[in-house]
Amino acid sequence: MRKTLFDKVWDNHVVESIKNGPDIFFIDKHLIHEVTSPQAFDELKEKNLEVFYPERVLATVDHNVPTLNQHLPIKDDLSRNQVEKLKSNCFENNIELFGLGNPNQGIVHVIGPELGITQPGMTIVCGDSHTSTHGAFGAIAFGIGTSQVAQVLASQCLLLNKPKKMRVNVNGKLNKNVTPKDIILYIISKLGTDGGAGYFVEYSGNIFSDMSMEGRMTVCNMSIEMGARGGMIAPDKVTYEYLKGKPYAPKGDLFNNKVNEWENLKSDSDAKFDKEYFFDAEEIYPMLTYGTNPGMGIKYSDLIPKSDKKSDIKSLEYMGFKSGESLIGKKINYVFIGSCTNSRIEDFRIVADYIKDKKKAKNVNALIVPGSQNVLNEIRKEGLDKIFMSSGFEIRQPGCSACLAMNDDKIPPGEICVSTSNRNFEGRQGPGSRTILSSPLMAAATAVNGKIIDINEQ
Amino acid sequence: MNNKNKIKTLISSAIPLPVENIDTDQIIPARFLKATSKKNFGENLFRDWRFNKKNELNLDFVLNNKKYSGEILVSGSNFGCGSSREHAAWALKDYGFKVIISSFFADIFKMNALNNNILPIQVSDETLEIIFNKIYNKPDIKFEVDLPNQTLKFNNNSINFDIDQYKKTCLINGYDDIDFLVSKKEKINNFISLKC
Ligand code: SF4
Repeated sequence: MRKTLFDKVWDNHVVESIKNGPDIFFIDKHLIHEVTSPQAFDELKEKNLEVFYPERVLATVDHNVPTLNQHLPIKDDLSRNQVEKLKSNCFENNIELFGLGNPNQGIVHVIGPELGITQPGMTIVCGDSHTSTHGAFGAIAFGIGTSQVAQVLASQCLLLNKPKKMRVNVNGKLNKNVTPKDIILYIISKLGTDGGAGYFVEYSGNIFSDMSMEGRMTVCNMSIEMGARGGMIAPDKVTYEYLKGKPYAPKGDLFNNKVNEWENLKSDSDAKFDKEYFFDAEEIYPMLTYGTNPGMGIKYSDLIPKSDKKSDIKSLEYMGFKSGESLIGKKINYVFIGSCTNSRIEDFRIVADYIKDKKKAKNVNALIVPGSQNVLNEIRKEGLDKIFMSSGFEIRQPGCSACLAMNDDKIPPGEICVSTSNRNFEGRQGPGSRTILSSPLMAAATAVNGKIIDINEQ
Repeated sequence: MNNKNKIKTLISSAIPLPVENIDTDQIIPARFLKATSKKNFGENLFRDWRFNKKNELNLDFVLNNKKYSGEILVSGSNFGCGSSREHAAWALKDYGFKVIISSFFADIFKMNALNNNILPIQVSDETLEIIFNKIYNKPDIKFEVDLPNQTLKFNNNSINFDIDQYKKTCLINGYDDIDFLVSKKEKINNFISLKC
C-alpha cells in the first residue's frame, strides 16, 4: 500500500538500485525517429555494440518528412539522407520501421497508441520530449536525449534517479467549448513552465476519468511544457475499450489477463505525493496563449496581463502584442491543425463539426495535417475530407509539419499562426513566425472568421 | 563517446545571457537538425539571435559583443526547456562552452549536457543576480570551477554547487553510462527472463 501509480510502474522496472546512485531502469518499448537516432546508431558502431533487443524498438519517420507527394523521393537532400539513414539502420539491426508509404506511418506519439503498442504499466522512451503522451495509458513514458537513445539501444536500460511525484486533480463540470487542450493549457498557465520540474505528474479527478483516450493523450502530451518529466492517467474501462482489437495489443484470453493485471495500476488511497494541486473545472474556459512559452496562456477573452519581467517584455515584443489588450478581433492569416497534441480523429471531428457548411475566411491559409496514415484514412472514411475541402481547408499527408517547421510547412516571418500544436517558442513554426496555441475548436473558428472571435458569444 | 573528455577544473571569464526559459529551439533551431553527425552545430548556436533577418550579425546579441568571452555561459532560469534535442548540447559544446550557470535547468537538457561533458551549475536566484552584476561591472572577471570540490569561486566568493555523485564520477573520469550499462547485461538478461 501507500504506493502511487507511478511508484508501482517504476518499481516494477528497476533491474538494480545502485548504492548512492541511480537505478538501472528497464525500458519496455523504445520508439525512434529519423532526427534523434542517427548519432546514436553511430555511437553503437564506434563502440562495436549491437542493438540489444531489436524486438522492443520501433521506428517511424515523422519530423522532417514532406506532407505533399510522399510517394516521391524527398527533395531536400539532408532530409532524404536522414530518412535513408533510419531505413538502413533499421534494416541492419532488424528493427521494425513504419517508413513513408507504410500504412502505419505517422507521428510517433500518434501511432504508438493507435496501433496498441502503448499499453498500461509499460515503460516507454523516445528521443522526443512529447513521449509523455503515452502516459495517457498509465505507462511511464518520457523523452530522452540521443546519448540515452544509444544507451537504450545498447542495453534496453537507462540510469535514472527516481523523480518526485505530483498529482494534479481537476474535478467539477466543464464549461461550454472547453476541450482537453484548454484544460492542459489552463494547468500550465497556473503552474508555469517549470512548475512540474523534477516531478512525474498524475492527472486525477472526474474530468480525466470522463475523458476519451484522445483527450487524455492531449493532456499528457503537454506535461513536458510545465517542465515535468512526464504525466500519466490511471488506466480504466475507457483505456481497455480503446486498446481492444488494436493490432499490437494482446488478444483473447491474454488481453483479459492483462486487464486483470492493469486493474491494479492506480494510486493507493493512502499514497503519498510530494506535491498536489486541486483545480475546479468551472474555472476553466477556452484558452489561448499570448507569449512565447506555453505557460503564457489566458482565458480567450481575458486581457494580456502586465508584467515587468524582462523575459515577458521581450516575449510580447516578439509577438507584437501589448499588455492590456485583448486577443479577440486579432486578424489571423494562418491556422495549423495538427501535431502530436491534436491530430487524432476526435480532433478532426470537432473541426469538421464546426466548419460544416461554412467557408474559411479568404485571408486564411488553413492547414490540416493528420497525425498518421490511419487517421487520414479514418478522415476519408467518415467523409470529413469533403467537409474540409469544401470549406477551403488544405489536407496534407501525415507528419510533424508546421509544428516544428523542419520540412517546407513554415509560417512566414512576422505572421501569427493559431496552432493546435504544443509550443509557441520564438521561430518554432519557421524563422520569425509567431504562434498562438489553441484547441482545435478555437483554431477552426479562427480559420472561418479570419480573426480570433469570442467563441462563447457566437 | 570519443569526443568526451574529462572535466575537473576550469578558470574562465563568462558570457552573460540573462533571459529566462531559453528553450532548445533557440539554442539550435529545428531547421539545423538534419545532420546525421554531431559535428559543426556550433555554427548555428543561437542562430536566430546571433543573426538578424538579413543574415547579418546582430551586434546587440551578447555572443557578438567582443567585450564578453569565455567558456562559461550564464543564463536566466529554466535554461534548456522544450525539445529533448541533444543537438542543443552539441551546439553549446562545439561553440566552446564547458560550463553553464543558471538558477534552474530543464531536466532533459541537464541530462544531455552531462552526457556531453558540459557541467550545468545551478545557483540560487540571488547568486545568479550577483554573478550577472559582477560580469557587467568587470567583463573579464574570472570564475574558477572546481568539480572535485564542487565549488564555484569568483572575487572573494566561494559557492558550493550540487551534482549527482554518480555523474560527478563519470565527468571526472571520463566514463559514460553506456559502458556501465553494457557491463550489466547479465543482470538485465536475468531481469528480462524473470519479468517479461
Ligand atoms: S508533432 Fe511536434 S511536438 Fe509532436 S513529435 Fe512532432 S515535432 Fe515533436
